[in-house]
Amino acid sequence: MATTILAQRKRRMKAQQWAPYVFISPFFILFLVFGVYPIGYSIVSSFYNWKLIGNKAPVFIGFDNYVNVLTIDPFFLSAVVNTVFLLITGSLLQHVIALPLAILLNSRIVRAKELFKTAFFLPYITSTVSVVIIFGNLFDTNFGLINWVLGLFGLPHFRWSGEDLGIKVILSTILNWKFIGWNTVIYLAGLQAIPAEMYEAAEMDGASGFIKHWKITIPQLYPIIFLAVSLSIIGGMQVFEEPFVLTGGYDNMGGSGNSGLTAAFYLMFTAFKAYKIGKGSAIAWLLFITILGLNAINRQATRKYNQ
Amino acid sequence: MNPFKKLSTYATTFLLGLLALVFAFPFYYVFVLATWRSQEVLAFPPHLWFGTGLLENWTSLFGRVPFATNFLNSLGIATLSTVSVLFFCTLAGFAFSKYQFKLKKTLFFFVIATMAIPGFLNIIPFYKMMVVFGWINTWLPLIVPGMAGAFGIFLMTQFLENALPFELLEAARIDGVGEFSMLWRVVFPLARAGMAVLGVVTFVGSWNNFTGPLILLPDLDATTLPVALSVLNSRVDNNMGALFLGNALTLLPLLVIFMLFSRQIISGLTAGAVKG
Repeated sequence: MATTILAQRKRRMKAQQWAPYVFISPFFILFLVFGVYPIGYSIVSSFYNWKLIGNKAPVFIGFDNYVNVLTIDPFFLSAVVNTVFLLITGSLLQHVIALPLAILLNSRIVRAKELFKTAFFLPYITSTVSVVIIFGNLFDTNFGLINWVLGLFGLPHFRWSGEDLGIKVILSTILNWKFIGWNTVIYLAGLQAIPAEMYEAAEMDGASGFIKHWKITIPQLYPIIFLAVSLSIIGGMQVFEEPFVLTGGYDNMGGSGNSGLTAAFYLMFTAFKAYKIGKGSAIAWLLFITILGLNAINRQATRKYNQ
Repeated sequence: MNPFKKLSTYATTFLLGLLALVFAFPFYYVFVLATWRSQEVLAFPPHLWFGTGLLENWTSLFGRVPFATNFLNSLGIATLSTVSVLFFCTLAGFAFSKYQFKLKKTLFFFVIATMAIPGFLNIIPFYKMMVVFGWINTWLPLIVPGMAGAFGIFLMTQFLENALPFELLEAARIDGVGEFSMLWRVVFPLARAGMAVLGVVTFVGSWNNFTGPLILLPDLDATTLPVALSVLNSRVDNNMGALFLGNALTLLPLLVIFMLFSRQIISGLTAGAVKG
C-alpha cells in the first residue's frame, strides 16, 4: 500500500517535471519548421541567382544581388525614398497629433472618454483593403468627396491618384487615419501611469498647463515615446498593402511615377512578379538591417533626453 | 465649476466629437455607397444618404465573385486559427507562468524575441515551402504556422500569472488531478477572461489578413474576403455598387465584434506594447 502511494507520488513528480516542456513544445516545433528554416533559406538564397518558377538551377553569385540592388537598380532607390517619405508623413509626424490628443483625453475636462477612445481606435482594426477602397473613392478625381469639398471652397479639382504627390497624400492620409488612434491609446496608457503628485507639486509652483506637460509629461513618457515611435518605424518600413491595393496590384508598380512603390512593395514585386527570389531575399535583408539601424537611432535619441 | 471651465469643457468635447465624426465618416460612407447602383455610385455631388440599389448590388456581387465561398473561407480560417491559438497559447502560458523548469527564463525571452522578426523576412522561402507541402490554396498555411504564436503566449503568461493561484493547483494535485486534466478542470476555466482578449484579437487579425491569402490562396474560390475585394477593385469593368456592398459585408462582422469587445480588443492589442 505504502509503496504504491510512493510510486504514484514519484510518477506525479515526474509528470510535473516534463509537463511544462510538453506545453511549450508546439511553439518551438512550429518556429523551427516555419521560422528558422525559411529564414536560413532566405539568407542562403540572397547569395544566389534563384528563380521562383522553372527548373533552372540556382547559381551562386556572392554579393551580386546586394550590389545590384544598392548601386544599379533604379527602382530600389526610388522605393527607399518613397518609403522614407511615407514613414515621415504617414507614421512619424502623427505622434505630434497623437500625444496631445492623449493628453486631452486624459484631462479632467473631457467627458465620454471611453467613447472617444473607441472611436479613434476603430480604424486600427479595420482591414487595409476595405480602408484603401474607401479612401480611393473619397479621393476620386471626378466624383470624390474630397474634391467636392475643395470645390465648395472654390478650389480646383486635384488629380489625386493620377499625380505622384497625390498618391503619397492619399497613402499618408490612410496611414494617419489608421494609426493615430492606436498611438493615442498607447500614450493614454503611459499617461495614466504618471503619478498625480508630480503635477500637484508643479501646480503649487504655479506652472501653466503647457509648461507642466513640457516639463513633466514628456520626460515621464520617454520610454513610451520610444516604444510608440519604434513600432511606427517597424510598421512604416513594411508598408505594402496600402500602396498595393491603391495603385492596382503588381502591374502598375506603385502608380504614376512609381510614387506608391515602397521597399516592401518592391520586395514582393521582385519575388512574386519578377520571380527573382534571390534578389527579393537580398532586399528583405537590407530592409531588416535598415529597420534595426533606425531603431538604434531612435533608442539613442530618447536615451539622450532621458537623463 | 466656474463658467470659463464649463465653457472649455463643452468646447473641447465638441471639438473631439467633431474629430471623432471625421474618423467615423469612412465607415458610414461604405454603407451609403453599398446602397447605390454601380452607375450611381460615382455621382457629383457625392451621395451622403442611402440609395435604393442594395438588391441589385447584392445580385451583382454574388455573380461576380464567389462571395459566399470567400466569406466561409474567411470565417473558417479565422475560427480555426482562433481556436488553435487559444489552446496552444494557454498551454504555453500556463507552463511559463506556473511551472519551474530549466532554461525557463531563456526560453521565454526567446519566444518574446521572435516577435521582433518582421514577416517579410521569411515570406519568400515560406511560399516555396508551402508549394512543396502542397498547401497552396488550402486553409492550412494560414492556420498552422501561427497556432502557437509568440504574442498569444506572452499575453496568456501575463494573464495566468495573476489569474491562477498556486494554492488552487496544489489543491487539485492533492485531489489526484493529473497535469493534463488540470488544463480542463482548472486552467481553461480560470483563463477565460484572458482567452476572450486573445480570441478576439486573433480573430480580427486573421479576418483582416491580406498579404497571406494574396500569396498563398491565389485561386478566387480558395481565397478570403480581403483578396476577393481587391480582385473586385481591380476589375476593368468595375461595378462600384457591388464593390462597396462587398466592402460593407466584410466590415460588418468586424464592427459588431468591435462594439461587443472594444475593451478586450484595445487592452489586448496594446498590452503587448505597453507592458513589453
